[in-house]
This record gives sequence, C-alpha cells and structure tokens, in this order.
Amino acid sequence: MNRIQQLFNNKSSEILNIYFTAGYPQLNNTASIILNLEKEGVDLIEIGMPYSDPLADGPTIQDSGTAALKNGMNLPLLFEQITEVRQHTQVPLILMGYFNQVMQYGQEKFIKKCVDAGVDGVILPDLPTFEYEIYNKKMFEEADLNISFLITPQTSEARIRKVDELTRGFIYMVSNASITGTKTGISNKQIEYFERIEKMNLKTPRLIGFGISDNKTFSTACKYANGAIIGSAFIRALNKSENLADTIHSFVKKIKVG
Amino acid sequence: MIKIDERGYYGEFGGAFIPEMLHPNVEELRQKYLEIMADPTFEKEFRDLLKDYVGRPSPLYFAKRLSAHYGTQIYLKREDLNHTGAHKINNTIGQILMAKRLGKTRIIAETGAGQHGVATATVCALVGLPCIVYMGAIDIDRQAPNVSRMRMMGAEVRPANSGSKTLKDATNEAIRDWINNPEDTHYIIGSVVGPHPYPDMVARFQSVISEEMKWQLKEKTGNENPDAIIACVGGGSNAAGAYYHYLNEPDVRLIAVEAAGMGIDSGESAATSVLGSKGIIHGSRTLLMQTDDGQIVEPYSISAGLDYPGIGPLHAHLIASGRAEAISITDEDALRASYFLSKKEGIIPALETGHAFAALDYIKFKEEEVVVINLSGRGDKDLATFVKHFERF
Ligand SMILES: Cc1ncc(COP(=O)(O)O)c(C=O)c1O
Repeated sequence: MNRIQQLFNNKSSEILNIYFTAGYPQLNNTASIILNLEKEGVDLIEIGMPYSDPLADGPTIQDSGTAALKNGMNLPLLFEQITEVRQHTQVPLILMGYFNQVMQYGQEKFIKKCVDAGVDGVILPDLPTFEYEIYNKKMFEEADLNISFLITPQTSEARIRKVDELTRGFIYMVSNASITGTKTGISNKQIEYFERIEKMNLKTPRLIGFGISDNKTFSTACKYANGAIIGSAFIRALNKSENLADTIHSFVKKIKVG
Repeated sequence: MIKIDERGYYGEFGGAFIPEMLHPNVEELRQKYLEIMADPTFEKEFRDLLKDYVGRPSPLYFAKRLSAHYGTQIYLKREDLNHTGAHKINNTIGQILMAKRLGKTRIIAETGAGQHGVATATVCALVGLPCIVYMGAIDIDRQAPNVSRMRMMGAEVRPANSGSKTLKDATNEAIRDWINNPEDTHYIIGSVVGPHPYPDMVARFQSVISEEMKWQLKEKTGNENPDAIIACVGGGSNAAGAYYHYLNEPDVRLIAVEAAGMGIDSGESAATSVLGSKGIIHGSRTLLMQTDDGQIVEPYSISAGLDYPGIGPLHAHLIASGRAEAISITDEDALRASYFLSKKEGIIPALETGHAFAALDYIKFKEEEVVVINLSGRGDKDLATFVKHFERF
C-alpha cells in the first residue's frame, strides 16, 4: 500500500508535513534533512524540485530554489538522492514542483522514476484538474502514485467536490489567498473557511498549508484538518542553520510543543 | 481553419496551467469575456475610445522611398501614431473596459519596454483606477522615459528583482500580486500570452489592426489582401492583431520576426521559435526557451519588448503548422534598419519594430508584391540606445 494511505490509516490528526527545497542549503543535504525530519517525528516530507519560475511561491522558497539550481540540483540527481535515502527510511515522500518540469522530463518516465525511487505522491500546483483527468489520471493511478490538488477560500463547492474525487492522498488546503510565505497568523475569516470545509464531509484527508509557521498556527490548523504543512518557516530556519541536526531538532520541537 | 477551441487551445498550444489560487479570476474572465465583448454597449464604448482617444484608424502609409530601395510595394501600418506611441493601447482600452464590467477596482500589469505599462497607466488615469506596474529592474534602467511617463500619470512602478530582472520576471511578479489580491484586482496582460482566455482576448482587441488594413488596402490597391504581412514578435500581440483577419487567407504570407540578440548561437538571444521547445510558461502550453531540465532560460535582446523567453500559443501554432514563417534578426541588424527607416522615411521606429524592418534585407519580394509592415511603435523611448550608436550608422 502507498505509504501516504498507510499513514492516514494509522493517524488522523496532528499530522505534520514539512517542505524543503532539494539542493538547499547544500547540494547533498537531501538525505540528511529527510532522516533528521523523520527522527524528530515528522509524518510526511515534501521535497521541492527547484524551479526557475515558481509562480505560486513567495521570495523565501523562490530564493532557496535559485540557490539550489546554482548548487547544481536537477531532477536526475534528485531521483538518485531519493533512491539512496529510501534504503534507510519508510517516511512518506512527496515531490512538489511545476508541471513544466514533469513535461520536460517526460511524464511517463517521471511517474516510473517516482515509483522506482520510492516517491509516494506529487504536488503540481499548476496542473489543472481537467487536464489531469484527461491526460494524466490513468497513468498516476496505475502506478499508485498519489497526487494532491489544492483548494483555496475562493474555490467553489462544485470544484472542491471534484478535487475530493480526483485527489489521492490528501487535499492541500491553501489557508489564505496568497503565495507561500507571505501571511502569518490565522484570522477569523480563515477559521470560517476551515469550518465550512470541515462541514462538507469530504472523503479525502486535508492538510492546511501556507502561513503555518509556529506552534500556535499549527495547533489551530490541526483543529480543523488532519494536520498542516510548513514550508517557508522551515526554509528560514535552514537559512540560519549551522548544524542541520540541531536546527531540525529545535524547529520541530517548537512546532510540536511550542 | 485557424481557430481557438473551447478549452483555449490552438492545435496543441494554449490552455490554462495555473495554480488553484488564480482559478476563480481566470475562470470568471473565461466565462464572461466573449459575452461582454459582444455586448453592443461595450462595443460602442470600445470603438468610440479607439476613435476619439487613441486616434484610430491608424494610417496605412505607402512608403515610397523604402519601396524604391527594396524594389517592392511597402505599406506601413502606423500603430506608432496611436496615443502613447504603440499598438499596446488597443488592448489596454479593451481590458480596462472589461475590468470595469467585471467590477474590479484595482489594476496590475507587467511591462518590458514600458509601452504596455504606459498604455495601462494611461487607461487607468482615463477611468480613475489605481494602477501598479511590475517592471524588471534592468528594464527600469534601459527604458527610463517610460518609467517617468507612468509615474506622471499616477501609476506605481514596482521593480521585479528576481531572475533575469526583465519581462519574464515582471510577469511572474504580476501573477503573484494577482494571487495575493484575488477579489478586487484585474490583471491587464500586455501580449497574447498567459492562460486562456488572455491570448484570445488580447488578439481580439488587437484585431482592429488587420480589420482596418483590409479596407485601407482595398482603397489603396484595389485588393484587401496583401502578399505578405511582417511583424515583430515578443509575446506576439502586434503580430496577432496584424494577422488576425488574414489567418484563414492562405495566400497572405505571415512573417514573424523574432529577436536574435547577439546571434542565434551566441547564448544571448530571444529567438524562441528556433531555440525553444514545447513547455509551459505563464500558464500557457507553448514554445519557450528552456534547459533539458525544464528551467526557463533567461533570454536576451537589445529591445526590452522582445526580451521574452516564450511566444503566445497562437504564434507557436502558426509557426509549428507552417502557416507563419519565422525569421530572427540580430541587435545589430535591428539598429541598422531603425536608422535606415529614420533616414529614408522620417520615421523613427521602436527598437522592437526595427527588427521587423530588418527582415526586408533577408526576404526578397517581387516588384508588384504588396508587403505590409506593422509599425508597432515609435522610437522615442529608445533614443538613448540609438544615440550610443550614432557614429556607426
Ligand atoms: C513597439 C513595440 N512593438 C512590439 C512589442 C512586442 O510585443 P508584442 O509581440 O506583444 O507585440 C513591444 C513590447 O513592448 C513594443 O513596445
């Protein structure tokens, strides 16, 4: 069974998903970041494939991507790194990137490589659901590779139902209309949105992302969904890191217990 | 038949590859744009402004001395004579009226050469809406007069400091702004690029160019079809406008002129149809310049308006299907052609447009053939660049 499904079968609340950009801060940090995150009890790990033009991301993630590309990160190398680290961990791994990267790599080859390397799911924010349904769905499902679609406070109910039907793994609930890393804190308006979605009784688990940065926002998100996703705040911690193991230890602790 | 399909594709190019955060805005536009454009009161408002404010129809001028030099019949479609000095305003007039119909109260735009930024600042002043223009930090330096014009009309010019600091990055920043402001804001894209329905909507607003060409040519030559139409292509909006009513007239050659920069093989170029491959840029599946790993390449051209790593999906389709011919022109040839036109006809073209004129040195036409060059803009904004080369031409 896919490791993401397995996780949600065993655990339905307080799920912590942490994002980092592959190749950052150093080209070969991938394994060490993954293993340390797992050691600290992180449930899911999202690996960013650095991209030149990340439309949905704010400056923090964009800058880490630019640095990673400069360090020499690319998809073939990333797959090598993941294949290697997979020998040492069973933590679910998700690749996040933009559809152009998949197109250039070759969709079929990409899916096969994900499966071989031990990737459990992908997030491709600019792949529209209707394109996916026509051109991609069959291949993903046959390979048992999960895909998460996004919903926002502006997403219509009909569309949310569609996303619920197509998503395998978890729905990525964007907490606020924004790019990554811009807004912090959770407003009453956002809580209303979380409640509205909760009442829809979706079949797919939900993780809330964007603007989750500390124990307070993580706990709030966990009240209304199965867990939350942290990206920019973790990258900011890595920016200042002198020792990855120490940084990751204290970062995860701060998120979990404050 | 060249036509966009329901899902926004020209052949295999187009579509809307956008993050969910943009979906409600783009979807609203997709559902409403055709209906709004077909509304007679919209049509009248648009036409009246084009006539009384922009100064349309723009003349179609027979360039006698240029024709004699090249031994063919050359007509110039004078988009440079529009208010604000380029074709860009045809689109911004249309889109500002669209934004008002959609109830939007805040306008954003990207700009390369500054012509689209100026045209957007202009229409925002015209209707009294706040305007924010994203412009690459490098372009802010090389197109300084246009920055001042935008500011004078009340627009805020925000530098894009990411990536290559040019048009591609300004577009990224504008899209991010739209994501962060999903309810009150309309994004006025400046070319036939971006997610569906933008390429089609912008082409329709610019199609007034070829609509006028038809009756003007009929009047002047007795035939509404020329033998060839030449236009420069950055994203491709002036070319789309000049081709639009001729797309399904196979006897009319469509010639798309791209910027070769320092030369196709120099590593400093923006000739997308030669150096590009299929991929996704700014929400559209089209041709773009990228690495094997799918990273978008930073293009180069002396002209800020052509310094873009993609082309609109219409042009990708026209070129891939053989309907249009693409040719690439270097910085040097564009400069020379700009000086030549200035001295031969007393018209200083924009550097972008200079590329279109340089094509005449590479494509030979017969004496009786009628060639229309879309004179997309005037060169005032490029004087500083031209002056640097004063001694050589
Ligand atoms: C005068 C002029 N021509 C052409 C262009 C290129 O744009 P497009 O290819 O959309 O016509 C620009 C862009 O700024 C311009 O200012």
